[in-house]
Amino acid sequence: MPVWLTDQEVGVLAAACDRVIPAGDTGPGASEAGVPGYIDGLLGAFTFDPPRIWAGGPTSGRMGGDARFAHFHRLSVLDELAWRIRIEGSRGIPEREFNGPVIGLQEQYRNGLAALGEDFGELDGDEQDARLRADPEFATLLYGHACEGMYGAPEYGGNRDGAGWAAIGFAGDVQPRGWTDAEVTAP
Amino acid sequence: MTVDAVIIGSGPGGSTAADVLTAAGWTVAIVEKGRNHLLDPDDLTRPASDFSNDEIKFHNRFFLGPDPIVEPRTFRTSEDDGDRTYVGEVNSVPSTVGGGGTHADGKVPRFRADDFRLLSRFGPQPDADVADWPVDYDELEPYYTEVERSVGVAGTDGANPFAEARSGPFPMPSGAPMFGAIRSAAAAERLGYHPYPAPTAANSIPYDGRPACNNCGFCSFFGCPIHAKGDPVAMLRRTMATGRAELLSETFVSRIRTEGRRATGVDLVGPDGAERFLPARHVIVAAGAIETPRLLLLSGLEHPLIGRYFMAHFQTLSAGSMPFRTYAERGRAVTHVHDDMIVGDDAARAAAAEAGLPWIRGGLVEHSGAALPIMEAKHYPWGSMHPGLMADSPIRGRLWAFIMQGEDLPYLHNRVDLDPTVRDARGFPVARVTYRPGRHELVASGHFGPRLAAILQEMGAEWTAVTTSPGGGNAESPEAIPESRHNVGTTRMGTDPATSVVDPNGRLHDFDNVVVADSSVFVTSAGYGPTLTLVALAARAAHLLAGTSPQA
Repeated sequence: MPVWLTDQEVGVLAAACDRVIPAGDTGPGASEAGVPGYIDGLLGAFTFDPPRIWAGGPTSGRMGGDARFAHFHRLSVLDELAWRIRIEGSRGIPEREFNGPVIGLQEQYRNGLAALGEDFGELDGDEQDARLRADPEFATLLYGHACEGMYGAPEYGGNRDGAGWAAIGFAGDVQPRGWTDAEVTAP
Repeated sequence: MTVDAVIIGSGPGGSTAADVLTAAGWTVAIVEKGRNHLLDPDDLTRPASDFSNDEIKFHNRFFLGPDPIVEPRTFRTSEDDGDRTYVGEVNSVPSTVGGGGTHADGKVPRFRADDFRLLSRFGPQPDADVADWPVDYDELEPYYTEVERSVGVAGTDGANPFAEARSGPFPMPSGAPMFGAIRSAAAAERLGYHPYPAPTAANSIPYDGRPACNNCGFCSFFGCPIHAKGDPVAMLRRTMATGRAELLSETFVSRIRTEGRRATGVDLVGPDGAERFLPARHVIVAAGAIETPRLLLLSGLEHPLIGRYFMAHFQTLSAGSMPFRTYAERGRAVTHVHDDMIVGDDAARAAAAEAGLPWIRGGLVEHSGAALPIMEAKHYPWGSMHPGLMADSPIRGRLWAFIMQGEDLPYLHNRVDLDPTVRDARGFPVARVTYRPGRHELVASGHFGPRLAAILQEMGAEWTAVTTSPGGGNAESPEAIPESRHNVGTTRMGTDPATSVVDPNGRLHDFDNVVVADSSVFVTSAGYGPTLTLVALAARAAHLLAGTSPQA
């Protein structure tokens, strides 16, 4: 169940994510790694309390310590204002328009995915690329978030089971273990 | 209640002033506009547990602030650009309890004697207002020694042949050298340079009740999850333990109130937006070299040089891809540096002469790699090449690089002032940065960049590239904005009120009880990270206020 996008939008998003980060020899493509869930989770961050903006600290439990990343931070009044503007846009609300109107990520994704087309997933690769390239600004936005969802902490909804990290030989968050002096100096 | 001092900003400068003043028996209120993620809210003498190895939170989601949506800055390269060419993030340093100390990877070199006397030692530069500082190395040395101990600095005595005399040893030995840095240092030595273990504010051994760094690699731009970093956590914990300090986080100072030659206190906007007046006998401004002049201007102070001579280091980055893994994700970001490109040599003198400049100076060269996969991924194009590039990893797994913190000269036209229309979410005018590098910076970078690349080639690089920050491009390009985070110089220190904003003790010439305790007071930028010097100056300013002496 997507958090904010519709099922149909998630389908288009998944196909687009796989086009910008396809499967390779060492790991899965973006959709199998959960990247659409990362992006949907960002767009719907305020569905949760606390909002899923900043994962907790200091450790995830993957290398020891407590599993604290899943306990998201509370936002201050100013933090919430910033993130609501970023995600939802200013929507004509005066307190969000101190420097003019802002189009939020939700609207950018809703419009961007609509422009890719309901049939995006059924197109061949060249046609998918052509549609992505037709709106470079949206393609850059999507790719940046896909990179975050692929290689960021799994608690944000992407990088399923650390598949993105495994594909590139990255250890991920290593606290509280860290690296020994010998591993630093003479790996 | 009237406090002895209100301290505006809880970064390395403000925290150090608070530590010195509370130790001397003063009561202080530390006002920080950002959130507290550094100290345990239930016991401010203990560290918090909010920091983590989380690239999304620290690199992509502004966890340490400022968030440019609610606290933007504006930018232009000159007045000819109009009011501004950019609104957003401009060379921001964290807006959070601990300030820039929280995200710094803690390279804390001292300046050298020459850095305080450019004019008398080397002479003037066309277009720049090069000047000597009113304090010199010998005056600052006891404060360097004190703050190296209070911050907790690891280093190797005698390793840097260009270093000035020290009155005491480094408080800790250097930590584990990184795999790549061992190789880049060896290559640099083969070419005649003098690399040495970087003086680093990260514990190499348990120190001051905090653990040794465990080399997690999430250092630069991250808060330290185990508080092994010499961010101001040590000074703030000591300060809070005196019982004489109050920490007001999420609280914005909108104005310093003055009567005649004295400040009476500050206007505050609290977390809930409520405004109140906080009376104080002294006002210590330590908001950083962009926010400090902004506050002075918001307060209606009128010295014509407030905000002038903004400097930020003109960085030259030389990167090379090695035929072997560099393991940059293991260790404390930078373990080796060299000073040769500040010190200069015959080739640098010849390059200056050829360019028609009296002299050029580069900066400290940091030996480092790139450790973070999201940052790497965003550098590659999307599409079919992505998985192969990420697995082969030429710009993370196999990259090694030098960053030269090139000395930025003071130009009257490089400045911070108030943007005429852009506001923060609280409704106050934001800081506008007007900046462009001068010919000195470009000539120096052009001279030293290829020499940095030559070291990488000696190390075995398959290819090298040289870039700068700010980069080329037109005024509209974000690449025109410096990214060094080493903002300095906007309330110049000096003896003459006509040519400087603060006196040699950091006090505003025009007000008897307002002291600037951050890098705003720098006369020149040197080619070294500003933190240790600004902390030493803050300690000195606070000791002079309280009538106490640095601890030998």
